[in-house]
This record gives sequence, structure tokens and C-alpha cells, in this order.
Amino acid sequence: MILALSFYLFAAVLVVSSVMVISARNPVHSVLFLILGFFNAAGLMVLLGAEFIAFILVIVYVGAVAVLFLFVVMMLDVDFTSLRKGAMQYLPLGAVIGGVLLFELITIFGAWTFAPTIQDNIVNEIAIGDSVTNAEALGRLIYTDYIVAFQLAGLILLVAMMGAIVLTLRKRAGVRSQKVAEQFARKPSDAMEIKKVTSGTAL
Amino acid sequence: MASSALLSEYLPILIFIFVAGGMSALMIVASLIVGKQNPDQDKLSAYECGFDAFDDTRGKFDVRFYLVAILFIIFDLEVAFLFPWAVSLGAIGLVGFWSMVAFLGVLTIGFIYEWKKGALDWE
Repeated sequence: MILALSFYLFAAVLVVSSVMVISARNPVHSVLFLILGFFNAAGLMVLLGAEFIAFILVIVYVGAVAVLFLFVVMMLDVDFTSLRKGAMQYLPLGAVIGGVLLFELITIFGAWTFAPTIQDNIVNEIAIGDSVTNAEALGRLIYTDYIVAFQLAGLILLVAMMGAIVLTLRKRAGVRSQKVAEQFARKPSDAMEIKKVTSGTAL
Repeated sequence: MASSALLSEYLPILIFIFVAGGMSALMIVASLIVGKQNPDQDKLSAYECGFDAFDDTRGKFDVRFYLVAILFIIFDLEVAFLFPWAVSLGAIGLVGFWSMVAFLGVLTIGFIYEWKKGALDWE
């Protein structure tokens, strides 16, 4: 009872917030609705028993990706009202492309059949069963059985890191940054000179 | 649907969600009902130091924030991979251990690159 109710609650809020993501006038509101959608998707994942995925969804998507989206939305200095002004003239072309895509999707889903053995897969969960937690069941597979995919994930993260640095890092001229080693190595004799002045004479 | 033993552990969180939602809804609705409201133009206009807005809220700001956010996401994902590894370390043996060490090594190369490039310095 509570299960079904909470499923419908999460699903309904998810659908409504996804609609709001694409229909909200203010792009910042869109991102906030996206975050709400992420939270509800996490709730659905918990209902499916995938707690690890649920919390990764919250940590990575809400904690990092949504923040990045907010940055992007705020950084884009786009006037959305002027952007929408000319939108109507592209409506026919957009409608044609959208219609073709919709037709293709309908054909694909019309021809979609599930493998007859799929029911068995659902019934027999992973062989490990209920005795171990979600994260442990994943951990037993990722690092040994799927080691190639895991290392590839590491390489992709490396490429992403380097790509972000190459694309966005630029040194600005005329900035005085700290050079800690040099500053510590500086001695009084480098910077000043002490002169004895005898009285009655000039330097 | 997952087993009910697992989900019953999450019941308090669900209750908390409802309590939080109910509290905030109650506060908003109560302030609408209880508070006396007769707005006029002077009350609704910008107060004292509040200027009328000069231009759009969204201005360009430094792309450097974006770089920090991206680097944060990458290390966030790295940490996300560490959780299942730490939990299942007893079961996956030496191969699992060293595969994570190799993964961390690859990302450490990226970290050193980033450090040497000065991406972590904030001028």
C-alpha cells in the first residue's frame, strides 16, 4: 500500500518536474526542477532496491552535475526573450524533424518484442541475493569481472579532466600569484641594505 | 519492487520527506492566512537601499568556476567508485585491489597534470 502510493507519488512528481524543466520560462527554474526530478528518480531507484544507484544519483547528479548546469545557465549571457522572438519562423522545419523522429520512435517501439526468457531474469535476481548489500554486490563485479570497462572509465575521466583544463584554463597576464618557495627563500639581505651613518656626514 | 525488509528501513526517510513538505507548506499557508495583507505600491517597491534592477541578472562570470566544477565532478565520480570497492574489498582479492590502484594511478596522473598546469591556483 505505502509502496504503491510512494511509487505513484515519486513517478508523478518526476513527470511533472520533467515537464516543468522544458516549459519553465526561467532557465534557473528549469535547473531547479531538474534537481527535483533527480531526487524523485532516486526515490524510484530506492523502491526498485537499487539503493547504491539512488545515492550515487543524489551525490553525483544533484551534488555536481546540477551545480554545473547552474553555472552554465548563469554563465550563458543569453537573453531568452530575444532568442524566442524568431522561433516561430523555424516552427515548420522543427515540426517536420520532430514528426520524423516521433515516427521512427513509434516504428521502433511497435516492432519491439521482449526476449521470451526475460521473465526468468527478473525473477532470478543476481545470484548473490539478499545477503549482501547493493554496493557490495556491485563491488564484487566491477573491479574483477568488468575490469576493462572499469579501467576505461578511469581513462575517460582522465581525458575529461585534461580536456576541461585545455579548454578553459588560460593564464591572465599581469597577475601576481604567490610563489611560496621563493617567498620563503627570501632573506633580509636580498631586500634591504643596512648602512652605518656616522653623525655629521651624509650618505 | 524490492524486498519489503529493505524498503521498511527507508520508511523513516519517507516520513521525514512528508514531515518536511508538510511543515514548509504549513508555514507558507499559515503566513498567507494569518498575516494581514493590504499591499500598496509603496510597500511593494524596492525598499531603501534596494535599487531597481539596472539590467539582467545573468552576467558573464569567469569560466574558472566552470573548471573547478568539472574537476570536482571528476573526483566525485572517482570517490563514487571507491565506495563499492571499500565494501567488497574482502571478496575481490588482489586483482580487485590492484585494479583500483591502477584506476587511482591514472587519475593521479591527471591530478599531477592539473596541479602542474596551475588549474588549482586561484590567481
